[in-house]
This record gives sequence, structure tokens and C-alpha cells, in this order.
Amino acid sequence: MAELDDAETFETEVDATVHEEARLGFVRRYIFSTDHKVIGIQYILTGLLMAVVGTLLAALIRLQLGWPAHQWTLVGRLLPGGMSDGVMTPEFYLALVTMHGTIMVFFFISYVLVSGFGNYLIPLQVGARDMAYPFLNMLSYWLALVSALVMLGSFFVTGGAAAAGWTSYPPLSAVASAVPGSGWGQTLWILSMALFIASFTMGSLNFVATIFSLRARGMAMMRMPLTVWSFFIAAIVGLLAFPPLTAAAVMLLFDRHFGTSFFLPSGLVVANQLLPHQGGSPLLWQHLFWFLGHPEVYVLILPALGIACDILPVFTRKPPFGYRIQVYCLIAVGALGMVVWGHHMFVSGMSPFSGEYFTLATMLITIPMTIFGVNMMASLWGGRLRVTTPMLFTLGVIALFGSGGLGGLFLGNATADMQLHDTYFVVGHFHFMIGGVTLLGTFAGLYFWFPKMFGRSMSELFGKVHFWLTFIPFFTVFFMQHFLGLQGMPRRYYAFTTYEYLQRTSGQNLIISIAALTLMAAQLVFIANFCWSLRKGRKAEANPWRATTLEWTVDSPPPHGNFGRALPVVHRWPYEYSLEGSDNDYTPQIVSPRQAPVTA
Amino acid sequence: MAMAHTPPSKRSVEALLVGLLFGFTGVLGVLYGARTWLPPLASKHGAGIDAMLMYLLVSVGTLFLIGHIALGALIWRAARQSRITHRLTPARTEWAVSAALGLLMALVAEGGVLAIGLPVWSEYFAATPPADAVLVEVTGQQFTWNVRYPGADGAFGRTDPRLIDDASNPIGIERSDPAAADDVTSVNEIAVPVNRPVRVRLRSKDMVHSFFLPHLRVKQDAVPGMTIEIVFVPTREGTFEIACTQLCGLGHYRMQGFLHVVPESEFRRWMREQSGGS
Repeated sequence: MAELDDAETFETEVDATVHEEARLGFVRRYIFSTDHKVIGIQYILTGLLMAVVGTLLAALIRLQLGWPAHQWTLVGRLLPGGMSDGVMTPEFYLALVTMHGTIMVFFFISYVLVSGFGNYLIPLQVGARDMAYPFLNMLSYWLALVSALVMLGSFFVTGGAAAAGWTSYPPLSAVASAVPGSGWGQTLWILSMALFIASFTMGSLNFVATIFSLRARGMAMMRMPLTVWSFFIAAIVGLLAFPPLTAAAVMLLFDRHFGTSFFLPSGLVVANQLLPHQGGSPLLWQHLFWFLGHPEVYVLILPALGIACDILPVFTRKPPFGYRIQVYCLIAVGALGMVVWGHHMFVSGMSPFSGEYFTLATMLITIPMTIFGVNMMASLWGGRLRVTTPMLFTLGVIALFGSGGLGGLFLGNATADMQLHDTYFVVGHFHFMIGGVTLLGTFAGLYFWFPKMFGRSMSELFGKVHFWLTFIPFFTVFFMQHFLGLQGMPRRYYAFTTYEYLQRTSGQNLIISIAALTLMAAQLVFIANFCWSLRKGRKAEANPWRATTLEWTVDSPPPHGNFGRALPVVHRWPYEYSLEGSDNDYTPQIVSPRQAPVTA
Repeated sequence: MAMAHTPPSKRSVEALLVGLLFGFTGVLGVLYGARTWLPPLASKHGAGIDAMLMYLLVSVGTLFLIGHIALGALIWRAARQSRITHRLTPARTEWAVSAALGLLMALVAEGGVLAIGLPVWSEYFAATPPADAVLVEVTGQQFTWNVRYPGADGAFGRTDPRLIDDASNPIGIERSDPAAADDVTSVNEIAVPVNRPVRVRLRSKDMVHSFFLPHLRVKQDAVPGMTIEIVFVPTREGTFEIACTQLCGLGHYRMQGFLHVVPESEFRRWMREQSGGS
């Protein structure tokens, strides 16, 4: 389909496509499907399953930190490798920390929020029948799945999963004798990351191409929903920032197995053994990693913000505050996000002058982010609020984004970072941002588009219970961690019992563990609601939230090819709520100017 | 409007709870945060770092409080409205609000950093080490800190990784080098005189480690292949813990060292004992 030149040619083939679709067997329709909606849902389900794994790893981490050296006999029986007598080993703890981070960042949030929602929503919201390259899209999902399986497989190899942290700094990740997980576990980690990046690059390419070339007639760039804008910017940032890590991963692989010395300097002595490497630089990896790692943060967080921006008008029944400014902020953040990676390296030994540059650049990024956040709040002004589950999670996104963003002022600043670097302040901060904003954004999106995806609605009551049981413990856990960091508690510590100055943190760690386990248990409410609603949920009409964007003008779930015989024609921006001179309090984008005046 | 039949009272109660949730988040957050502070300060440049952190805590805490209360209030107000009272804001107002916010943030963030933070940073890194500074070499190793003083001649003996033997010569000192003869070594214990600048030459023989002195506000990675020098002035006597803050292997959490800040006389005695012992 990709070689079709324009929509008109496409039109004539629609009937054929629809009929062909009916003839497709189960496998081609739901498994090796090229339909963006199926692929989106495949990504979402895969990501949610990975989230379950990531959550269980976090539970084990919190068991260890809340109750250090406690003997968990039952858990020990389930995990004879890492907790043979019920007490966790330090190397297993490091594998947990590494894999929790890797899985949550790359295999949960990236899959569900970016690839999942992106694939599902972009063609529907810009008025296209599918992605620009449907086959590439299918390939992207299947590579992603292989990548996830390789990552999970690393738990079962000798030495266990990678244990060098999700940042995998060499020499720890490059020298097999450095830590047990630095054997096959680390090799699989590198291979999985390379596959992930290849898959993500294909996906991003599709996002950009689709948004550039397949928008419906009348869908000017400045009429795109902020959700699409955020995917657009995220995809461009991803395309620019991710490939360097593929190169770095290959280099690391060569250092590990083929005797090169990209990241390994002369004179390394590990386990009383002089290594033959010479001339490499561990800092090179840090630069390459954070050149991906920091933009990755924006790749993940921007879609959550875009989704939040689009849910706000639906439940306040008014346009958002400053649509254009929000778009410019997204662009500014995307651009600045590419040049601030060094704020992860203030104490790494790079030049202090670079530290000054990265401080100033990072402080600059606070300006568009502040404007963006406050504009989201200002969108509530003068509106008429409907408290629904997606709206609750959206409000949570605003609160966490504000709180996390303010914490960023501490860490983006070299002087304050000298004390806070690699402490729990950092852990608290990034869990608010790429953990919390994205998690709540994911939930907001799932509750909001569930009726569109599956043709049934999720339970509002259980959804609201889920919000309260998620937001309060989540905020408690990661807010408190900021202050553990202020007290000087380093991250990636198996136990804090050795240090005199950390003795008083044990009570706080216990509270955090209890809150964290509550948070995890609360997700059962979501899982139950999700599974129950899939089968038994109230049947959803085409537009249950009475929203204006294009996906709500078609059936729930939308048919193959999305828009029936004719592609939609767009006459207005996506926020036409409470329009004077219209019969309804919402006017979909396809309503012609003859029927209702056009705002933008 | 179509949704007008929802009874306002029920809607208001729920929205009130949501508004209070965010309002309380702000208030409780500030109350909780105000109770916490860093480990008690013990270095000269640390005062500048503490000033930076205090400035941030106060300004950010204020914004955090105002932001959450405003969010709560906006929710409460919007939930009580029976109709839209404000649909579109003129572009000029939107730009004005954004510009004002941008300026405010630039003032708080950039202003604070430029005025308080960067001078501390450049003083810490750009200052030439004074002549009377105590020179210490610290070499990170899984999971110990190898400490070496140059001794009376003020010069470290040469090292060669080929000579390294964890038991007898952990950093590979060339014993044949005359400068090495009076080098003083110890493991995990550093002694320095109070109120005299300390020059720490950081190295690592295996992984990236990070030399963290929480009470002295010192943190610097020790990177294999690099020698990184830092200078600080301890201002308080006592024993302060050294923690490793860069993941370096399964013993990372117990890579603990001690900095003994002692009076000048005691420092000399300690040095004599160490050199006699080795």
C-alpha cells in the first residue's frame, strides 16, 4: 500500500481492501497484521505484560530495602537463583535494579505510550487509513517482541541478567569478571537494546512519514491534535538520538568479545588480573549513552503530555489554553532536549566548563516546560469540569509534571548536583517524570481510548478507585525518595546498614516499601477492570466522551481502513467545544463551516 | 447543554475531594520537606553548595505549594460551574502569560544558578591548589579505597599496573623508584588536618567509582585511565564516612571509607605511625 501516491488512488482500492480484509485469516488479521490498530494494541498488551514483570522486580527491590537481610522463605523457594535461603544476594539485587529500569523505560513506557498509542492514534487522528509503511510497522512490532524476549531470556543464562545498571557503564558492563551479570546477561542486554533501537527507528520513521504525508484534506499541521504533535516531535527526537546508541552497543559488544578497546583504558586490573586493553575511554560510553538516554526521556514524556493536553478539553468542554504556544513549546523542548545530555555527567570527570554549559542549557529547557505545564493548568480556567477516570489521571499528570519538573531544577544545576548526583533524589525525580507522568499518562490514555480500541467501556467506579490508590502511594514513595537523596542516600545500594550517617533512613525506607507495595497491589484493580471490561464492559458507542477528533467519528472499534469509503475532510481545529452558534457543546473536526462557525 | 442533568451536589463533593487531594499534596509536601536537611556540613566550599540547595528548596518549595493549591482551586472552581465561562483567550493574553511565566522561571532558575551556583562551581574547580595543601592519592578498587600520601619528599613514586598484586602491592608502586621510598599508604582510611586544603588525586584501577563525602559536599567519579584532582577544605574535626556512588559491582554498597579530620599535631603523628607501619 505504501507505494500508492495519493489518497484518490487509494479510494478506488478501498473496497478491494475491505473485502480482502474479510478474507484474511485469523493469523494475518490479528497476529502478523499490518493494520496499525492491531499493531498498536499488540504493542500495548506486550508493554503491559512487561510492566507486570518490571513491577514484580520492583517489589523484590522494595522487600530488600524495607526489610534488609530479612529471610523471605517463600520468595526464596520461588527464586532459588537469587535468594536461595530467602535472603537476597547483592548480585541478584543489582540484576533486579538493572532489569527493572531497562524493562520499565524501554519495554513498558516506550511500547505502550509511544509505540502503542502512537500506532493506534496517529492514522486515526490525522485521517489516514493506515501508517505510511504498514509492512515496516509490522516488522517493527515483531522486532520489538524479539527484543523483549531476548531481554527476559537474560534472566535464565549463567550469571543471571545484566547487573551494570540500565545505564550499563563500562568497564562494569564490558569486563566479564567485573560482576556476575556481566557474562551472557550483559551480552543479551546489548543485543536486546540494539534490536529495540532498530524496531523503534522503524516505528519513528513511520510516525514522521505518516504525519507528513497522509494527513486528511484540511488537516493542516496547526489543526493536528497535541497528541499527534507530541508523537511527531518524539519520533523526530528518537530518530536523531537513538541510532548513536546502536553504534555504542556494537562497540561495547566488540570490547567484550573481540578484544577492542573503545571504552577500556590501559592498565585495567580486575580481580587481580591485568587486562590487555589499551587506549579506550569509559567517558565515551557515558556520552553516547546519555546522547540517547536524555532525549529518550523527552520521547517518553512528550506523548504523555500531549495526551493529557487532549483529554483536558474533553472534560472541561472548552479549548485548551494556548494551543499554538504548546506546539512551540513541544518543538523547543525537542530541540533543547538534544543538547543537554551532559547534565547526567556533572561529576563524571568531564571538563568543568562543559558542566557550566550543560547547566545553562538545562535551565533553558525549564522555560518551555514551565509554560507548557502552567498552560495545562490554565486550561481548567473557565471550564466546566467532569470528573471522570481519564480526567483524574490527567490531573495527576499535571501534578507530577509540576513536582518532578521543579525537582529537575536541583539536578540540572551542576552545583547542587554535586551533592545530589547518584542519590535517591535522582531516583525520586525520574520516577516522577519518566515514571509517573508517563504512567499516569498511560492510564489516562488507556481509560480514554479503551472504548475506541475494544468497543466496550471500562468501569468508572473501579477506575476512580484505581486512581486514588495509585496517586497517593506513588506520590508518597517518590516524594520521600527526593529527601532521602538530600540526606545523602546513594542509589543502587543493596543495603544501607553499613553507614552510620544513613542509620536514620531505615524508618523512611520502611514507609516507602509499604507505600510501594500498596501501589503495586492497587494495580490489580486496574488489571481486573481491564480484563473484565474487555469481555463484559458496557458496549461503547462511536463517541462516548463526546469528543471532536477524527477517531471519534468512526465506529468503536474502527473498521479496517478506518474511514469507510471516503476519507474525512477536516474543516476545523480539534478543540471545537462549547462553540457559540452550534447545537451541541462539541463540534467534530469534520463538521463543515456551513453548519457551525470555525474557530481555527 | 446536554450534561446539565447531572446533579451539581454529587459532582461537587467528588471534585472537592480531588481539589483537596492536590492542595494537601502541596501543603503536606512542604511540611515534610521542611523537616529534612543534609548531613551536617564539614567543608568550606560546602557552604556555597548548601546556599544553592537552600535557595532551591525555598524557591521551589514556594512554587510547589502555590502550584498545587492553584491546581486544587482550579479543579474546585471548574467543577462548580454549570456552564463555560471562558472559552478562548485572545492570543495576545496567551503570549503575555507565557512570556511572564518564562521570565519568572528564567529568573528563578537561571538567575539563582548564575548568581549562587556557578561561582561556587568555578571556585571549586578553577582555584589553583594552595602551596600548603595536603596531597592524597585515592585509587578506587572493587571494593576498597587505596590511599597514598607522597611522604616527606612531596612526590609520589611511579606506579605500573603490571606490578599490581592485590595482596602485596594493590596500586602497583615501583619500589625501585626513590620517590616511592617514603610514600605512605593505607586502605579505606584517610587522615587530614582540619582547616588545611586537601588535594585529592582520584584514580581507579578497575571500574568507575565515585568518591562521595556527604558531610563535605564532595562527589567526584574516579575513572580508570584518568587522574582527576579535587581540592576541598575540611572545617570540622571528626570522622566522616566515604561512600561509593557509582555502581561498581556487587560490593558497591559496602565500599566504605573514612576521612579523619584531626588537629595538625595529631595528623603528623598519624603519618608517622603509618610510615612506620609499612
